[in-house]
Amino acid sequence: MSEFHDPSNVVNPEHADHHIISPVTYGIVFLTLLVFTGVTVGAAYVDLGILNPVVALAIASFKAVVVILFFMHVKYQSKLIKLTVAAGFFTFLVLITMTLSDYISRAWGLW
Amino acid sequence: MSTTSTTIVNLPDQRTARIPKRNYLNNEDGLLSWLFTGDHKRIAILYLISITFFFFIGGAFAGLIRLELLTPQADLVASDTYNKFFSMHGIIMIFLFLVPSVPATLGNFLIPIMIGAKDLAFPKVNLLSWYLYWIGGLFTLAALVLGGVDTGWTFTTPLSTHYLNTHVVTAATGVFIIGFSSIFTGLNFIVTLHRMRAPGMTWFRLPLFCWSNYAASILMVLGTPVLAITLVLVALERLVGIGVFDPTKGGDPLLFQHLFWFYSHPAVYIMILPGMGVISEVISTFSRKRVFGYTAVAFSSVAIALFGFFVWAHHMFIMGVSNYSALVFSLLTMLVAVPSAIKIFNWAFTLQKGSITFETPMLYAFGFLGLFTIGGMTGVFLGALGMDIHLTETYFIVAHFHFVMVGGMLMAFLAGIHFWWPKMTGRMYPESLSKLAAVTTFIGFNLTFLPQFILGYLGMPRRYHAYPPEFQVLNVLSTAGATVLGIGYMLPLLYLGWSLKYGAIAGNNPWQATGLEWQIQSPPLTENFIETPIMDHEAYDYEWLAHKTAQEVTTVG
Repeated sequence: MSEFHDPSNVVNPEHADHHIISPVTYGIVFLTLLVFTGVTVGAAYVDLGILNPVVALAIASFKAVVVILFFMHVKYQSKLIKLTVAAGFFTFLVLITMTLSDYISRAWGLW
Repeated sequence: MSTTSTTIVNLPDQRTARIPKRNYLNNEDGLLSWLFTGDHKRIAILYLISITFFFFIGGAFAGLIRLELLTPQADLVASDTYNKFFSMHGIIMIFLFLVPSVPATLGNFLIPIMIGAKDLAFPKVNLLSWYLYWIGGLFTLAALVLGGVDTGWTFTTPLSTHYLNTHVVTAATGVFIIGFSSIFTGLNFIVTLHRMRAPGMTWFRLPLFCWSNYAASILMVLGTPVLAITLVLVALERLVGIGVFDPTKGGDPLLFQHLFWFYSHPAVYIMILPGMGVISEVISTFSRKRVFGYTAVAFSSVAIALFGFFVWAHHMFIMGVSNYSALVFSLLTMLVAVPSAIKIFNWAFTLQKGSITFETPMLYAFGFLGLFTIGGMTGVFLGALGMDIHLTETYFIVAHFHFVMVGGMLMAFLAGIHFWWPKMTGRMYPESLSKLAAVTTFIGFNLTFLPQFILGYLGMPRRYHAYPPEFQVLNVLSTAGATVLGIGYMLPLLYLGWSLKYGAIAGNNPWQATGLEWQIQSPPLTENFIETPIMDHEAYDYEWLAHKTAQEVTTVG
């Protein structure tokens, strides 16, 4: 592809405005992950009752978002890339919601 | 050059015609040039050989199953061996044949050419996916040789986690690895179709084969990871007892089925959608008409892919899921019939007032239309909650999904193989013998699987190696049909092999079809196009083709 003349950059538009992320950002991502790992461990020692798994999952989700947006550059990408990532989350949401439709209502009418 | 009203085949003068001196097949020599190739066309051929190998292994197990069911008694094999037979038949046919069948062979070969590109976006990933396919295939064969696995292809818990001492983990590892092969193929197609279309090749000028493979690719990329992680959980449950699927540890065996069918229901659309793409191409070419309702057919592929994710629990209606949830899933299941019906009706309208000719690919396509419609309609029976209770876990289910998968998908695969064989090899297959094969397959298929609808309705359960004597007549019919079907599948293997050396030289465009793949030499150059093509007309534009052909004749004369 390299010898192909492509002045309007049709073939590889992602490279047109390729965002360079500074090592500082990666450092901040790394530190954030470390800190929140500590928070996860700490939260496990506090008895919040039913809220314990909720807190743990919330922290994990936050860490995942930080990784996806900054470490994986999704924040600086085209709408198509963002849509692709969103498709994965949408599918995951379908999996969880539709499965829960079974678990929530399985005991209805049986008590 | 001769054209009659009964055929559109247009072959060059055989006395002077030659296979092009340079093409992708002879561009490089030696085994290593194949094993390390990045050429999508060569990888397609590697896949074609591989899936044919596994198809005949899976077919041998089908033959053994039918042989056992010839008599009501358990006289050929013991019950657990029978379980291993149908498990291996299912695992091989689904993961090693049906899922990669059209995408990895025809899709790999054709998608870059159809969109005017030189290769897929990631040629090395494409090759890697073939290697992963084989590693997964070897794990599956290892499970077979070491003593088999008897979970069925579904690996259902708690059977697979608590009660079996067969090679569940080995087989699951195989399926896990093959899954990544499938993900890589899907990823490659998505990126290629987004990024590498030739100038002028807009989304709505793509051949419908590309649309249906695009939809299937989305399912591969989004669905397969769920299957992978589910199989990892089964392995962990077996090896260390983590308890996700074990009620005594707070788990739920039904969770396995939710996760498994979340992939495996969309997986049936991964299998059938690319086949539907083949049928669109074939029906358009052999009725000399643009596909009726192009946009509707294109979007119905995407709709099937989307709806496919919302219906999985119809595999679990009698397994103890919530009745309310079952109601929702039953309703959503009916929705999938809509885009499927859109396709069938649009193909029928494409045929209407078309100049229809009956070459072999078209015969297979007609087979697809009838058999897929029966398979799809019986799917609606099974999606209805009340009927499902009577019919599920009987031979009715077996007949239903074989009508879709074998009657639908395999017919489409063979239609595609015959249709593009001249392009892939540069030579024609023998026409009358292949028509015989198509008819044999159709008769054999119906003889095998129509009796199974009746058997199931009468109450013969699936997955048993013995049955009450009153079911024997229908079972004998079915087994007899299987032998006819077997001959129907052996014939193409023989005459397509024969045609590699002795077939008539096909020329660039034996069918006078409109796709970009037919405007280049057969077999194509390694780089497909000498210069980047510019798409200046709609898909299936036969007037454009007639105009172009007329001009070529003028230039030569």
